[in-house]
Amino acid sequence: MNTNQAVVRFQLNGLAAQVPAGTSLAAALYLCGDGIARTSVSGQARAPFCGMGVCQECRVLVNAQSQLACQTLCAPGMVVESGAPS
Amino acid sequence: MIGAGIVGAACAYELSQRGRRVLVIDDGPGGATHAGMGHLVVMDDNPAELALSSASLAVWRQWLARMDSSCGYSHCGTLWIAADAEEMQAAADKQTRLQAAGIACTLLDAKALAQLEPALRKGLAGALQVGDDGVVYAPNAARWLLAQGGQSSGHTQGISVLHAQVSTIEDGRVCLSDGSKRSAPDIVLAAGLRASALCPDMPLQAKKGHLAISARYPGKVRHQLVELGYVKSAHQSSGTSVAFNVQPRPTGQLLIGSSRQFDNTDSAIEPVILARMLRRASDYLPCLGDMHIIRTWAGFRAATPDGLPLIGPHPHQSGLWLALGHEGLGVTTATATAQLIASGICASACSLDGSAYLPARLMQSA
Repeated sequence: MNTNQAVVRFQLNGLAAQVPAGTSLAAALYLCGDGIARTSVSGQARAPFCGMGVCQECRVLVNAQSQLACQTLCAPGMVVESGAPS
Repeated sequence: MIGAGIVGAACAYELSQRGRRVLVIDDGPGGATHAGMGHLVVMDDNPAELALSSASLAVWRQWLARMDSSCGYSHCGTLWIAADAEEMQAAADKQTRLQAAGIACTLLDAKALAQLEPALRKGLAGALQVGDDGVVYAPNAARWLLAQGGQSSGHTQGISVLHAQVSTIEDGRVCLSDGSKRSAPDIVLAAGLRASALCPDMPLQAKKGHLAISARYPGKVRHQLVELGYVKSAHQSSGTSVAFNVQPRPTGQLLIGSSRQFDNTDSAIEPVILARMLRRASDYLPCLGDMHIIRTWAGFRAATPDGLPLIGPHPHQSGLWLALGHEGLGVTTATATAQLIASGICASACSLDGSAYLPARLMQSA
C-alpha cells in the first residue's frame, strides 16, 4: 500500500477502518473485514460477485441505507454494516 | 400427464390420491408456474370464475396444511385498493358478490386502510379486505405435490416424473423426441402455452407479463395489495396495460407486478413496460422508490378467448384430457382443476359443476 496516498476513515460493523482513497466498499469488505456483504434468505454468507452492479449479491447497509458495495466508494465517516440479512 | 407445472402437479397428486399411477413428462424450462406471482386469490369477474377460484381455495387450505415451509405459503389476505369514490363503489359491489358466495370480506375506509398498510400513499378511498387469500411459492409447491405422489394412498409408485420432450400425441400414445413412446388409458395435457405445439387449433393466446422483486424489507407491507383498476386492465383483449399488484413474500421481499401485453412472445424484458409498471407501483407505494429491486423477469400467461380455462375431455380425441388456459390464475385454480380432471378420469362425481370450463365450448369445429 502506498503510504503517501490519502486514506479514508470509516466505520465497519462498529470498528474503525481505513482504506486508500478511491477504494470501493466491496474491496474494503475484504481489506478490513471478512469479505462478507450480507446473509441470504437461506442463511448463507454472500460476497461481492460480479463487481459491476448487476448480481445484487453485495448489498450492505451504508448509513442505514441498503447499497451495493461494488457501486459505492468508501467515504470519510460512513457507517457500514455488513453480514446482516438483506 | 404432460406438464409438471402447478396444474400438472396438482392433477397428478389428486389422481395418485385416488389410486392412479401417473407418469408425469416435462421438458424442464418451466412456464407460468415459475414466472408468475403465485397468488391464491378469489376472483369474481364472472360466476364461473368465482366458483372455480373459491372451490380451489377450499382445497388449497387442506393441501397447505400438509405442505412444508419450502412452499412459501403466507396467509396474508388481499386488499383490493380503491383510489377514489367510484372504485370504492366497485369495492362495495365486489363485497356483495363475494359475500353471496360465502367468502368472508371486510370493507375498509381510508383511515382503516392507512392503519393496516401505512406505507400506501395518502388519500386513497379505502379497500376491500379478503382475509383468506394468500400467496405460495408455486415452483416448490409443484415439486412438493409430485414428491408426495401416492404416499398417503399407499401406492408407493403413484407418481413418477420423466424429464423428456413430447413431440406428438396420438391415439392414447405419447411420442417423445428420442423416438420412444409411452401409452396410457388417459393422457392429460397440462403444458400451458406449449400445448399449442402438440394439439392443433388450441384456443390459447400468450399474454406477456413483467415482474420485479425487491431485497428484504420485512414488515413494510403485510397484505397482498391490488388496485381495483386491475380488473379493468386485466381483461382487455388488446393493447398493453399495467396495474399495481404487490405481494409481501415470507422472505420479507416484495414481489411487484403487473403488466399485460398481447401478441408478444419474446421473453426479453422491455425497459419501457417495466418502467411503466414500477411507476404505477410506486405511485401507490411511494417507499418502493428507496428500495432495491434485485431481479426482474418476464413470462407468459396462457389465455383463452373467454377468460376461463379449458378443463375436461378433448372434444375430438378420446382419452385426451385438457387442463390448460388458466391465464394469471393457474396457481389458485390448479386444485379445483385437479378435482375436475380426476373426477372425469375416475368417472366419479365432483362437487363443483365443471360444465363452464369444458374445452368443447371453444373447440367445436373438428
